[in-house]
Amino acid sequence: MRLNKILKNTLLVLTACLVLSACATKKEVATDIQGQMQGDVYTGTDTVEYLADGVPDRVFFATNESILTTASRETLRAQAAWLRKNPSINVVLEGHADERGTREYNLALGERRANAAKDYLMTYGISSDRITVLSYGKERPVDSGSNPLAWSKNRRSVTVKAN
Amino acid sequence: MTKKILILLLILIPIKANALIEVDITRGNLNPLPLAVSPLSIDEESRKGFEKILKKENIGSEISNIVENNLRTSGLFNPLDKKAFLQAPDIANLKPRFEDWNLIKAQALITGKVNYVDDKLRVEFRLWDVLAAKEMMALAFTTVPNNWRRVGHIISDKVYERLTGEKGYFDTRIIYVSEEGPKTQRIKKLAIMDQDGANNKFLTLGNELVLTPRFNPASQMVTYLSYFKNMPRVYLLDIETGTQEVVGDFPGMTFAPRFSPDGKKIIMSFAKDGKSDIYTMDLENRIVEKITNHPSIDTSPSYSPDGKYITFNSDRSGYQQIYVMKNDGSDVKRISFGNGLYGTPVWSPRGDLIAFTKLHKGKFYIGVMRTDGSGERLLTENYYQEAPSWSPNGRVLIFYRETKTNSKGEGFTAKLWSIDLTGYNERQIKTPTDASDPSWSSLLSN
Repeated sequence: MRLNKILKNTLLVLTACLVLSACATKKEVATDIQGQMQGDVYTGTDTVEYLADGVPDRVFFATNESILTTASRETLRAQAAWLRKNPSINVVLEGHADERGTREYNLALGERRANAAKDYLMTYGISSDRITVLSYGKERPVDSGSNPLAWSKNRRSVTVKAN
Repeated sequence: MTKKILILLLILIPIKANALIEVDITRGNLNPLPLAVSPLSIDEESRKGFEKILKKENIGSEISNIVENNLRTSGLFNPLDKKAFLQAPDIANLKPRFEDWNLIKAQALITGKVNYVDDKLRVEFRLWDVLAAKEMMALAFTTVPNNWRRVGHIISDKVYERLTGEKGYFDTRIIYVSEEGPKTQRIKKLAIMDQDGANNKFLTLGNELVLTPRFNPASQMVTYLSYFKNMPRVYLLDIETGTQEVVGDFPGMTFAPRFSPDGKKIIMSFAKDGKSDIYTMDLENRIVEKITNHPSIDTSPSYSPDGKYITFNSDRSGYQQIYVMKNDGSDVKRISFGNGLYGTPVWSPRGDLIAFTKLHKGKFYIGVMRTDGSGERLLTENYYQEAPSWSPNGRVLIFYRETKTNSKGEGFTAKLWSIDLTGYNERQIKTPTDASDPSWSSLLSN
């Protein structure tokens, strides 16, 4: 099982490297599942999609937290630069929580996470008019597993093109 | 429509006999009261009449089965096997031979009769105290034949009330969220059913995500959260007419709705800029009031039955805890102080307790505490369960639980469960699909 997962991850990352001209995620190839989390924040690239070359679409959070990590801020700065280059694009920030919480609190938590991302984009010059926040709480996990790694992938804010 | 159909036409003999039998429902009942539910007797002409309309071979037996099932699932009564009954239903209803019922150890006996009169269903029933050899209660109802299940529920409520001294909860409905499909793309629909799982109906098609439906305690209206057009908003639904409308005009997500006890207001959360506060909207004049104002997450509000207080969930201390405040938002007090996180507080219709979900060390608990936070009692522990809702008499909680479908912890199934306030009598309520977010209606007839 685990080997499968590692192989799958490696394959994904390799594919990503082939597609991308600048492979910012090269160092991930060598890491194992344990290396995909720092504290309980997901640091892997398994579920990450790209808005453009070198612009990951999502940031991850610790349990019950909405604080942006260093890596998250880097991702959001790349998103802000991309949004500045593409002034006609608007985005929806979709905030999510893992399944280990009550439904209503998680809806609020998803909103708070997406807003943390929104605030950061705004400090990098993106107008709030271009950003909509949408919380899904725990309703739309990317990983249906019930384990710490799956939960870490699900605690996220995803930037989605709105037009 | 249906709520006014059942008319209690006449009360045959209102009796206030001094009963010897009494069921104490305040503690876990490990010795349910043995009682006999004799099938309601029916003459051949009436039997044929109902068979034609209702496609049931013997409506008298069907109604008594409902009564028997209700009383059994309450955990307070032990309906005895019909095969042991010595007396025929029609004779028992006229004059029970108490020695015969005593012999099979029945302490109470329910008898009755069904008639087909002017295209209507006429049901009379009697409750007998076997040991005292006395009639305790006799009632008759006339209604349209299609209401036969409700007649069974009303009889159950009357028996429950006569024997326990508290109102029953059988003539009620449950609204819930029906779930299907993989976790990553779960399809959710509003669904409604009778308290015993019968008459299941879907109220939405599953095109948009719906969550947390809750009954108006004063009518058959429902408030819930819908992601219609990808905008999570609180809606109001009239389940008789199917009419829906969005509640208020908020520039963002509204969620966690509930009605005030008089049904005139909706209380809910509104999320903006990373904070969620509690608001009310008056359904008559549409006036919106902000109740809490704090940079934290304030959600899951629930009124006390007198409407004077509100319990809610807030992380203003750093983590999810339960608070109580006055209905204008003043005098906020934290009431949960145990280990772990606390969510989904719901005030009991009796006023004395608050039910909640607790998360501690990777487990989820359904519990109750007094309204000042004292006397915390955990009723059930599981891997994942939440969202308790009270039966209208405040004796039973319904909630939902997700369990893994195999030993490797893969796959899952979500089901509705109920448990007595005492922590006994935990049971699953059967639903055609997976289910979550149950809400119990008030009694349809009073």
